[in-house]
Amino acid sequence: MAETTYVEAIRQGIWEEMDRDDTVFVMGEDVAVYGGAFKITKGMLERFGELRVVDTPLAESGIVGAGTGAAINGLRPVLEMQFADFMACGFDQITNFAAKCRYRWGQAIPMVIRAPAGGNIHGGPFHSQNVEMPYVHTPGLKVVQPSTAHDAKGLIKAAIRDDDPVIFLEHKYLYRSVKEELPTEDYTVPIGEAGVRREGSDISIITYGWMVHVALEAAENASGEGISVEVLDLRTLVPLDRESILDTAKKTSKVILLHEDTLTGGMGGELAGIISEHAFDYLDGPLVRVAAADTPVPFSETLERAFLPSVEDVLAKIRWLHRF
Amino acid sequence: MSTPAVAHLQTKFDRDLCERFHYYMLLMRELEDRIENKLYRQGKVVGGCYTGRGQEAIPVGSAILSRPGDWLTPSHRDMAALLIRGVTPEEILAQYMGRATGLTKGRDGNMHMGCSERHCVPIISSIGASIPIAGGLAFAMRYRGESNVVFNYSGDGASSRGDWHEGLNMAAVMNLPIVYLCNNNHYAYSTPLDKQMKIADIADRVAGYGIPAEIVNGNDVLAIYEASTRGVEHARAGKGPYFIECKTFRMSGHSAHDPADYVPNQLREEWSRKDPILMLQKYMVENLGADEQDFMEMRKRVLDKVAAAVEWALEQPFPDPATLEDDVYAPA
Repeated sequence: MAETTYVEAIRQGIWEEMDRDDTVFVMGEDVAVYGGAFKITKGMLERFGELRVVDTPLAESGIVGAGTGAAINGLRPVLEMQFADFMACGFDQITNFAAKCRYRWGQAIPMVIRAPAGGNIHGGPFHSQNVEMPYVHTPGLKVVQPSTAHDAKGLIKAAIRDDDPVIFLEHKYLYRSVKEELPTEDYTVPIGEAGVRREGSDISIITYGWMVHVALEAAENASGEGISVEVLDLRTLVPLDRESILDTAKKTSKVILLHEDTLTGGMGGELAGIISEHAFDYLDGPLVRVAAADTPVPFSETLERAFLPSVEDVLAKIRWLHRF
Repeated sequence: MSTPAVAHLQTKFDRDLCERFHYYMLLMRELEDRIENKLYRQGKVVGGCYTGRGQEAIPVGSAILSRPGDWLTPSHRDMAALLIRGVTPEEILAQYMGRATGLTKGRDGNMHMGCSERHCVPIISSIGASIPIAGGLAFAMRYRGESNVVFNYSGDGASSRGDWHEGLNMAAVMNLPIVYLCNNNHYAYSTPLDKQMKIADIADRVAGYGIPAEIVNGNDVLAIYEASTRGVEHARAGKGPYFIECKTFRMSGHSAHDPADYVPNQLREEWSRKDPILMLQKYMVENLGADEQDFMEMRKRVLDKVAAAVEWALEQPFPDPATLEDDVYAPA
């Protein structure tokens, strides 16, 4: 059977949900006639019509507001932010209104905001950022980022069926660089469940998104040096799968927190806090963060390579932590 | 160019409709008076305390046209819109006092309340944000092929925000069924119109988006009713959005803490002579045979209702701290 790419998996997931539920629609810049900047919505206009596949003016706040209003009035919007970076233009609508509706007035907002995120694509300062943390920090939002084609399809379907607003971060580098055979039957990947990608006993790497693949490569190299590394893919950042996080920390007693987002104020600090509070007695070494440098994402290849966490960076920390 | 004010009163207003206008305007006036000048001063209402004193004609003359399937996004100066949709004075007072039986169960205060069942979206404090929301509500109506419309309320201050412009433009491009009621009360908090914009009329901004706009006397409930009727017919007929700029004046501070001493006395006095309730009463006396006695009886009825609601609300429980973390997410 043919393998399906990450980008195609997301497309299939949305397509299938639009087929099974006619309240699901897609809206965004260049999503209809053009099929989306990354072709996630290709062919949808022809299949589902212009009422359900909607091109908008260049107006992220307007798009998020319209999606939220439509969700209040019974629809299930799947909104596309052309790049995750531009979600900042809709930040007020997302964090000040959509996220608070259930708490303020018991109104569900079943809405997905898709946001192509991440670097390693020569995108530079406006097309490469990992913007998860402001949304992770906003109660009322769910935040997910799949690392595989299987999860991309299963999570987008779960997000569309979810009754809360979901920030769906898609990694642009993974769009066409990972693929696999997908189940033929309907499936979802539950929001809020992490997955162990590689079992190990000496060190755990807790990560998500593209960095899962970096961690797996580092783990493979470390095994050649006699170090057994476990890799936990969070898949969902909110709500966090605390049980899986604590299980792996207790199992190996040494934890590396790896993310492509910049270091300060990143997910690593939050994970370190959780592990320190709830598994301190199990630890045999410091909680180690590996993350991008605290700079804007640079464009030029040498700079971007220096900016992003690499397999070598992770390996160095594995060797260092292993000595404890 | 802005549309000139339409010569008003093509409608024959009957006594029954005028009494409904009068009742809701008076109820809003007295309820807000009780909240601002008694309960707030007594410390029984805390936090921000916004009223729409002097602007009652705008929500009343428009929301009274709403049908059950329509949606409304009232601003913090449109309490009567909630009353017309069936929100009770009891619920409003419990909300202001942070009680568990208020519309937001104590999670938000003052006019920051809404209700899914009665199709009222609560105000979003980042003013102007409701304009794109109205677009989405209207989008869903068109999606299902309904003839419902959205009544969106905002003020002059909102028209400086990006959301206002994004939302109006999208509604125009998508031809969405929305009637915008803009209360141009001449001040955004302390900032007068001439420091907000270089032009005289907000309707001129709207013209740039290709949305029909008209300007009405925002203190004349009959003029607002007529303009809203035109707007609602336009939107229900699938002709797209419609904008009504209601020239009015905020006869209070921005909030109860604000003495508004930045407003020239002369301006305030000028507008106090245009009180919307007095204007309606004058019409009712001159055209419908109403008299002072009728108004006094109505006022007594309203005051009794408010007093009973206050008594009820004061007995309501505060929210249980154990509910703090409820309803952030859907139940698992």
